[in-house]
Amino acid sequence: MLKNEANPNISKTTRLPRKRFYRARAHSNPLSDSHFPVPISPSHVDYSLCYPQLFPPSKQVGNSKKIQFADIGCGFGGLLISLSTLFPETLMIGMELRDKVTEYVKERILALRVANPGQYNNVSVVRTNSMKYIPNYFEKGQLSKMFFLFPDPHFKEKNHRRRVISPHLLDEYAYALGVGGIMYTITDVEELGEWMKACLEGHPMFEALTDEELEADLVVKLLSTATEEGQKVARNGGQTFRAVYRRIVPTI
Amino acid sequence: MEETAMEDGDHSRDREVAPALIAIHPTQESVAVAVGSDLRVFDLHNGCPISLVDDSSEPFHLDSIRVIRYGAKGKLLVTAGDDKLVKIWNTDTRRCIYTVSSEKRVSAVAISNDGLFVCFADKFGVVWVVGLDGLHETQTLSSKKAVPILAHYCSIITSLEFSTDGRFIASADRDFKIRVTVFPKKPLDGAYEIQSFCLGHTEYVSCLAFVCALEYPEGFLVSGSGDSTVRLWDIASGSLLDTCEVSAEAGLVESNGKEDECCFAITDLCAIPNSSLVAVAIQGLPGVVLLSCNLSDKTLSIFKVIYIEGEAFIPTGLGTSSSAEFLWMVTGVSNLQGSDSTSLTRVKAISGLTKINPDSGELETTVLEDNDVPGGMQLLEKLQGSASIKEEVFLAAAESVKIAMRNLLIKKQYSVERRDFRKRGRNDRKIKH
Ligand SMILES: C[S@@+](CC[C@H](N)C(=O)[O-])C[C@H]1O[C@@H](n2cnc3c(N)ncnc32)[C@H](O)[C@@H]1O
Repeated sequence: MLKNEANPNISKTTRLPRKRFYRARAHSNPLSDSHFPVPISPSHVDYSLCYPQLFPPSKQVGNSKKIQFADIGCGFGGLLISLSTLFPETLMIGMELRDKVTEYVKERILALRVANPGQYNNVSVVRTNSMKYIPNYFEKGQLSKMFFLFPDPHFKEKNHRRRVISPHLLDEYAYALGVGGIMYTITDVEELGEWMKACLEGHPMFEALTDEELEADLVVKLLSTATEEGQKVARNGGQTFRAVYRRIVPTI
Repeated sequence: MEETAMEDGDHSRDREVAPALIAIHPTQESVAVAVGSDLRVFDLHNGCPISLVDDSSEPFHLDSIRVIRYGAKGKLLVTAGDDKLVKIWNTDTRRCIYTVSSEKRVSAVAISNDGLFVCFADKFGVVWVVGLDGLHETQTLSSKKAVPILAHYCSIITSLEFSTDGRFIASADRDFKIRVTVFPKKPLDGAYEIQSFCLGHTEYVSCLAFVCALEYPEGFLVSGSGDSTVRLWDIASGSLLDTCEVSAEAGLVESNGKEDECCFAITDLCAIPNSSLVAVAIQGLPGVVLLSCNLSDKTLSIFKVIYIEGEAFIPTGLGTSSSAEFLWMVTGVSNLQGSDSTSLTRVKAISGLTKINPDSGELETTVLEDNDVPGGMQLLEKLQGSASIKEEVFLAAAESVKIAMRNLLIKKQYSVERRDFRKRGRNDRKIKH
C-alpha cells in the first residue's frame, strides 16, 4: 500500500520522511486567505481518513471515540509522536497552517505506522487555520488537552491579533475544552510568555495549575523536550516560559 | 474574505453600494428607512415626517448606513455604518443621545432587551458593548466608549441578535459561522462563555432572527444564508433542527433555471411576532416567502409565497411591529449607477399576516396599493424620497439592485495583482507605533 521505496522524500535508512524536503517558509500569516477544505461541523470530520485503522471506512458504526488532544500549530509533530505512545488509547490531532509542514507530518505518521505495526494509529494531522476553524473540528467540551508549543511570537503590537493566544480566542479554547481540561503553553520568547500567561490569568474560565500539579503531570516534561522547536531552543541553551492552565467553570 | 475584512484602510476601493434598510417602531409609532447616508423617519402616529436632531453633526452619517433598529420597547433607535459611528437616538425626544466612535466600520447592531446595552459589531469581527445607564429625560448629548466583549476571528459579522429571553447573544459571520454567547450580567467585563456554535451553512450567513415559543424562553434561532437556505437551530446545543431550501421548495429554481445560484441568496429575515411565521427576502424574488416554523416538530416549511405584481420589487429589507399588523418592505441601494438623483428607494407593505381564514386555514394577505399604505402618500414621499417613481427608472433600479446585492453578498475574490495593490494601499499598515 505504501510506496516508500519509490518516494525520494523518504529516507531509505530510517524510512522516515526527510525534513529537508519539506522545508517551508518560517512563518505564515494566519490572516491571509488560504484554500483547504474545512469540515462543516465536528460531525463532518472524517475520522476514517484521520485514523483509518481505528475507523475502518466500511464500518460507520462501532467506534464512537472522539479526538481528545489537539496540538495547535504542531509544526513537525514531535509532541504528537511522543504523546501517541504515552496515551495509546487517546485520539489526538495536530493542526498546522503550513501545507508542506502538514504533508511532512502526515508522511511521518504513515511511516511510523508501517515501521511499528499497531502503533501510532491514534495520531493524525490536518492542515487548517486553528484561529478560525476550531469549532468546526471539536464539539463543546470535547477536548481534554490543548497544546500551544512555541507559537509564532508576532512581536509588533499591531500584529498581536495574529497571536494564537489572545483574550478572545481563549473563549473558543474554553469552549472546546471540557471542565478540568488543560491548556499547555510554552515559548522561548519572554514577552510572549508573559502575554500568554496574562491572557490566561485574566480569563475567568481558566486557573493555573499548582506547582505540585505541574510536578505530577507527565506531559509537562514533554513541553520543552518533545518538539523540534523545543529541541532547538534546548540546543542553544535558551530559556523557556511556561503557562499551564485548567479549564474551570466560571464563577458568576 | 480576510481582504474584505481589512478594507477599512483602503480608500482606493470602488464605492460599495449599500442596500436600503427599514425598521418599524414596535408599536408602529414610526417607520425609519436608511439608504446610503440618508436617514428618513416618518411619524405614523401623527402622519407626518420626523426631523431628528443631532447637536453633534449634520448630516447625521457621513457614509452608508448599514444598520437601523429600534429597541428597548421602542425607546431607542440605533443607526450605524461605514462612517464608523454608532448613533443612539431617543425616540421620545427625537434627539441623538449618544454617538459612539468605532475603530472600524460597523456591520451589525443589537440592543439588549432591557435597553441598558447596545452591542455593535465591526468589520474585523469584534463585538463591542456600550452601557447606557438608563434613559434620563434630561439627558443631553454625550459620547461613550465601547469595550470589546467577544470576537469572530477576522470575519465580518453580518448579524447580531439577542435571544428572546435576553440571556444569549447570537452573532453570524461571513465564514458560515453562528456563535451563541451567554450575555453576562456585567457585559462590560466581556462575554467569554460560548453556549454553542450553530454550524451547517455552507456559505456566508446573512441574517438571523429569533422565533418566540412559550415553552422555550430563549426562542428558536433561524438563519438565512448565501447558500439559499434558511435553517432552524436549537441554540442551547447548537443543533441544526431543520433546513429549508427556500428557493427550491418555493419553486423559484424551476421558474428561473438560468439564473446562477447566488440569485437566491437569503437577504433578510423577519420573524412575525405572536406567530410561528418568518418572512424571508430572497435575492431575485419579487416578493417574500413566508416560512412556517413548527416548534413541536422542529421543522421549517414554506407556508406561502407572496408575489408583488406589477413591478419588479425585490425587497432589500423587511420589518414589522410587535402587533405584526403589516409587513413592511423596502428596496433600493445607495450610489445607484446611472442615476445622479438622491438614492432611490421604494417602500411597500403587506397586510393580513395575522388573519387566518378559519375555513381555508390560509392567510389572506394583501400587498397594499400606495394609497392604502399606513401614512399614505405622505409617508411614501418621505421614506422613498419621492411619492411616485417613474416606471422605467424603477425597472432600471430593480436591475441595479439585483446586481448590487449580488456583488455585495458574494465574497470578494481578488487577483494576485489586485491584492498586492490593495495591500500597498492599506492604511492600517502605515500607522506608526
Ligand atoms: C514556531 S512553530 C512551532 C511548532 C511546534 N509546536 C514546535 O514546538 O516545534 C509554530 C507553528 O504554528 C503554525 N501556525 C501558526 N499559525 C497557525 C494557525 N493559525 N493555525 C495553525 N497553525 C499555525 C506555524 O505554521 C508553525 O508551524
